[in-house]
Amino acid sequence: MAEAARRIPPLEGRSFEGQGIALLPAPPASRLSLRAPESSRPALSKALGLDLPAKPKSTAANGARAALWLGPDEWLVTDETGADLPSVCATVTALHSAVDISHRNVGILVSGARAEDVLNAGCPQDLSLARFPVGAASRTVLGKVEIVLWRTGAEAFRVECWRSFSDYVFSLLEAAAREN
Amino acid sequence: MSQSFRIAGAGRLSAAETLSFTFDGKAYAGLAGDTLASALLANGVHLVGRSFKYHRPRGILSAGAEEPNALVGIHRDEARKTPNVRATVQELYEGLTAVSQNRWPSLSFDLGAINSLAAPLFSAGFYYKTFMWPRAAWEKLYEPAIRRAAGLGTAPDKPDPDRYSNRFAHCDVLVIGGGAAGLSAALAASESGASVILADEQAEMGGALRFEAGAVIDGKPGWEWAQETVARLAARGNVRLLTRTTGFGYYAQNMLGLVQRLTDHLASPDPDAPRERLWQVRAKRVVLATGAIERHMVFPDNDRPGIMLASAARTYLNHYGVAVGRRVAVYTAEDSAYAAALDLARKGVTVAALIDLRASPEGPHVEAVRAAGIEVLAGHAVTGTEGRLRVRRVCVSAPDRGVHREIEVDALLTSSGWTPAVHLFSQSRGKLAFDEETQRFLPGQYVQDAVAVGACNGTMDLATTVEEGLRAGEAAAREAHGGRTRKLKLDARSAERWSAGMAGAAPGAGAGMAFVDFQNDVTAKDIRQAVREGMRSIEHVKRFTTTGMATDQGKTSNLHGLAIAAEMLDKPIPEVGLTTFRPPYTPVTFGALVGHARGKLFEPTRRTPIHAWAEAHGAVFEDVGQWKRAWYFPQAGEDMHAAVARECRTVRQAAGIFDASTLGKIEVVGPDAARFMELMYTNPWEKLAVGRCRYGIMLREDGFIYDDGVVGRLAEDRFHVTTTTGGAPRVLNHMEDYLQTEFPHLKVWLTSTTEQWAVIAVQGPKSRDIIAPLVEGIDISDAAMPHMSVREGRVCGVPARLFRVSFTGERGFEINVPADYGQAVWEAVWAEGQKHGACAYGTETMHVLRAEKGFIIVGQDTDGTVTPDDAGLAWAIGRNKKDFVGIRGLRRPDLVAPGRRQLVGLKTVDPKTVLEEGAQIVADPNQKVPMKMIGFVTSSYWSENCGRSIALALVENGRSRIGEHLFVPMPNRVIEVEVTSTVFFDEKGERVHG
Repeated sequence: MAEAARRIPPLEGRSFEGQGIALLPAPPASRLSLRAPESSRPALSKALGLDLPAKPKSTAANGARAALWLGPDEWLVTDETGADLPSVCATVTALHSAVDISHRNVGILVSGARAEDVLNAGCPQDLSLARFPVGAASRTVLGKVEIVLWRTGAEAFRVECWRSFSDYVFSLLEAAAREN
Repeated sequence: MSQSFRIAGAGRLSAAETLSFTFDGKAYAGLAGDTLASALLANGVHLVGRSFKYHRPRGILSAGAEEPNALVGIHRDEARKTPNVRATVQELYEGLTAVSQNRWPSLSFDLGAINSLAAPLFSAGFYYKTFMWPRAAWEKLYEPAIRRAAGLGTAPDKPDPDRYSNRFAHCDVLVIGGGAAGLSAALAASESGASVILADEQAEMGGALRFEAGAVIDGKPGWEWAQETVARLAARGNVRLLTRTTGFGYYAQNMLGLVQRLTDHLASPDPDAPRERLWQVRAKRVVLATGAIERHMVFPDNDRPGIMLASAARTYLNHYGVAVGRRVAVYTAEDSAYAAALDLARKGVTVAALIDLRASPEGPHVEAVRAAGIEVLAGHAVTGTEGRLRVRRVCVSAPDRGVHREIEVDALLTSSGWTPAVHLFSQSRGKLAFDEETQRFLPGQYVQDAVAVGACNGTMDLATTVEEGLRAGEAAAREAHGGRTRKLKLDARSAERWSAGMAGAAPGAGAGMAFVDFQNDVTAKDIRQAVREGMRSIEHVKRFTTTGMATDQGKTSNLHGLAIAAEMLDKPIPEVGLTTFRPPYTPVTFGALVGHARGKLFEPTRRTPIHAWAEAHGAVFEDVGQWKRAWYFPQAGEDMHAAVARECRTVRQAAGIFDASTLGKIEVVGPDAARFMELMYTNPWEKLAVGRCRYGIMLREDGFIYDDGVVGRLAEDRFHVTTTTGGAPRVLNHMEDYLQTEFPHLKVWLTSTTEQWAVIAVQGPKSRDIIAPLVEGIDISDAAMPHMSVREGRVCGVPARLFRVSFTGERGFEINVPADYGQAVWEAVWAEGQKHGACAYGTETMHVLRAEKGFIIVGQDTDGTVTPDDAGLAWAIGRNKKDFVGIRGLRRPDLVAPGRRQLVGLKTVDPKTVLEEGAQIVADPNQKVPMKMIGFVTSSYWSENCGRSIALALVENGRSRIGEHLFVPMPNRVIEVEVTSTVFFDEKGERVHG
C-alpha cells in the first residue's frame, strides 16, 4: 500500500505581518456544514458537545470545537483537533444533514489593532466591537467573494472562504494591510 | 520675479519653507501649504489657461473646488500625467510640474483664439445646427476636428501605475464639511460617545474661517478656534477626521461616497501607499455642512485673467499671504465683498473703487469702506474690461446719470452673492424649496436622515451657523446613539453676512461676451438666444447651450443661467425649473471607484489543487469561468494539434489522466433526497440503487436543457450530484430556489462540495491497472464495480469516493479525494500511469473524446432552446414520472411540433476538412441568398482516433436526414457533409465496460 498522501493546503507558506496587522493561514481543521430544523438542535448539540446557537450572528464554542450560526437551519461546525465530525453526527437520529467540508474551506487568521480596518477594505459590514462583538460570526462578502467572518478576539478574526478563492482573499487582505 | 505678491505679515504660511515648482517650463518658488493657484498668484501669474471653445485667456477665478477656469495638467512622470486638475485645489509640493492646456503653440499666443473672432458662428446650438449633415461626416470629420479645437487636457496614454484603495465604514453621525458649522456639529455629536466621521475636502479643516478675518468663536479668532477644535476632536476615540476627502455622492439609505486623496500633495509618495481611497460610509445620521459658493458678476468681458471672486482674493490674502494685485477694484451687488476691499486695503493694496450695482447700499461695512478712503460707486455697473492677457482697465458707468469712467486696475474682484451648496442634499433626493425672499434654493423636504446646517442651509451669519451646527450634532447623536449630551454653547461673532445677492446678468451684459459659464464658454447672450429659439425648460436651455455641463457642473454659473432664462421667459425662477444635481460633486478618478479591483484582484482566479503540477508539466491553460483549466500538455516540439492528437490516441490505447476537479458538486442529503431529485431532474431516481450512478438532465421550467451531470447515490438519503464546471453556482441556486419556493415541504438540504473534492479522472483500457495499487477497501473488478457505480474507500491512504464513470467511452474512474490531498494523489496516479504508458490530458482532448462518443456539452451543443429529445436524450426522461421541473414545458406545441432541430453527426466528404463551429448548414448550396439555413455546427474537431474530422450539429429534422448530404457554405467555398449518427467511435459502446 502506498503511504498516505501528503496534505498541501492552498496557502502553504503565505503570511504577512505589518504595523498592527498579521495575516496567517489557519491550520487545517475539520469542518461540517450542518443543516437541521430547530427540533433537532438539542440532539445535535448534545452529540457535538456544544449548544448550537439559535441567534443570528452568534457562535458557540467548546474547546477546539465551535459552531457558527449561518442561517435559521444552518451551522458551520469547526474542530481544530481534526475530529471526525461526520461520525459524531452520524450517531444522531434526529433529522439533519451533515456534510464534510473540511477541505472546501480555508481559514485565514487576521489579527492586530488594524484587523477591523483591513477587513473593511472589502467587507461592508460594521465590524466595530459594539456591532460585531467577540464571538460574532456572519456569512458576508469580501471584495467579490463570499466569506464567513468570525471574531475570535477584540483584535482577532477568522476568515473562512472556499479553497480556490483563498488566493484572492489573502491577496486582497494583504493589499489592504500594506497601506498604512 | 520671486513671490513679489507675497505680503509680509499676511497669511498663515511660513516664509521659511520654500518649494520650487514649474509652470509651462518656467521655474517659480512657493511656500509649503500653498496651492498651485496661490503660488502662481504669489508670483503675479494670473494667466493659467485658455477657454474651452473660444480659447480666451483665463485666470484663476476661485480658491476652491468650484474653480471653472484654472485647469492644468500635473505631470509627475511618463505615466502620471493628470489632466484638468484645478490649480486651486492642487497642493504645492517640491518639484511640482504643471502645464497649461488647450493652447497652441503657447499659452500667451494661442492660434485657437481665432475662434474668438468667429464667436458669432459658435453661438448656442451651433453644433446641433451646423454639423447635422452629412451624417457620416460627424464621426470622421466634425467630431475629431471639434475635439482638437475645443477641449481640455489630454488623457494620459499609459496605464495608471498608482494603487487605489477602498474602505467601508459605519458611523452614527457623518458630517460633511469641516467649516464652522461642520466642526460645531462634530463637536456636539461626539460629546455623547456617538461614532462620528468628519470629512472635509481641504488639507485643513476650517472652511470659510480661512478667509473670514473678523470671525471670533469662543473668544478666539475663527481659524485658531477651528484648529483647536480639530485637535480636541482628534483626541476623541469616537471621531474619525478625514481631510482631503470629498463627499461626492449621496446614495440610498444614508450611504455616501467619499474620496480621500492621500498622495497627490506629496513630492515623493511611498510607492506602497494608495493614491486615493474610496470611503463607502453608511451613516445613521448625516449632517451636511457644505457651505456656500460665491457667484461672479455677469458683465461684458468678465473673464479676463485678474478677475476673480471676492472671497477668493480674501483667501489668497488672509490664508496664503498673497495679494492678487496691487491696484484692485471690487464689483458687487451684495455686502460680503466689502470685507474683501477692507482686508486688501489694510494690507496696503490700493483699492481703486468699490462698484456696487445697488443704488444705495447701507450699513457698517459701507461706512467702514468709505472710512478706509475707498471710493464707493453705488448704482454703478461695470460695462466692460480691457487687457489682453490680464485685466488692466475697468469701464464703469451709471447710464441713468450719464456717468462713464475708466479705472486702471490689475485685478477686479466680483461677487453677486452666495449659492448654498445643496448638491448633496439634492442627491439625497431631498426636495429643494425656493425661498422667495432671498431668491435661493434651500433644503426643503428631507427624505433621508440628514440635516443641513450653516451656509448650505441658507444661514447667513456665523453665530447662527455655529448654533445650528451644535444643535444638529447634538440631535443627530441623540437619535443615532442615545445617551445624554451636554448642551454646548459657543459664542460666535462676525460682522459678515453671506447674502443671496442678485442672480442673473448685470446691466450692460447684453453687449459683448458676458460669461455665465466660464468652463463651457456660455454667455448671457447664449442663454437668451436659447429662450428665443423656443427652449422653455432649464433642462432644454442647459442642453442647447451646454451651460452647467462642464466638469465644474456649473457650481458658479447655474443660478445665473436660470435667472437669465427666467427673466427672458418672464416667469418666476422655480417655474423654469432647476437642473438635477448628480454625483459626483467634483470629478472622481476611475481609480478611486475601481479601488483594489484591478490586475490580480480584478476577479478571483480559481486554481485546482492539481494546478501547480500541471503548470510544472508544461500545461497550457484555458479560462473556464473563473477557473484556470489545463487545456493540453504539449511535449517538446509539439503544437496544440500534435499534442491533442497524441493525448487522444494515448487515452484510447492505454490511458489518460485528467483533472476534473472543477466539476460542480452538490451533496443532496435528507430523507426526501430522492423525491427532490425526481423533481429536479427528468430521470427517475427513487429506484437507483445505493452505489450506482445515473446521468441526469435538468430542465428549466420551459422544457429546455439547463444542465447535466452524473449523479451517484451514496446512501438512501444522500446523493453526490455533479454539474458542469460553469453551471455549478447557478445549478445550486436553481435547486435551492425550487426547494425554498416550490418544494419547501421536502426534508432535504443542499451543500456545495465542489471544492471539497479534488477529482482525478483516469480513463482508458489501462485505467483499472493504474489505480489498482492505490485503492484500498474497494473491489474494482468489472463484476463488483461496473460502469456507472460509486464506492467509498481509500485511495493513497486517504478517504475517497471512487466513481466508475466515463466521459470518453473508455473504461474509466474518477477518484474524488479531499482537496488538500489532490496533488499528492495525482502524483501517485501519475507514477502508476507512467508504468502503463498513460499521459496527462487536458480539456481539449476531453472535448474531442466525448465528441467521438456523441456526448453533449451543455452550452456548446445546447443553447437554451434545446430539449432532451432535440439532443437525442429522450431516453433520459422518466416515462412514468408525473412531475419534474420542465415537464409541462416539454408539452408545449412548438416543442412537440415536427421540424425541430435535432442533434446529429456530420462527416465532411473530404475527411481532412474540419468544419468551423457555428457554421450554418443548407440543403441546397445553389439557392439564392439569403439561403434557408436548416441548422448549424455545434462541435467540430479533428479526430485522431477516427482518422478524420468529426462534427456535431443541430439540423432541422436531423435524425430523419441521416445518410443525406448537406452543405456548409463558407466565404471561399462550399463544404459538402454527410449526416450521420452522433457516435463516431465504438458505436456499440463496448469499451466502456472494459
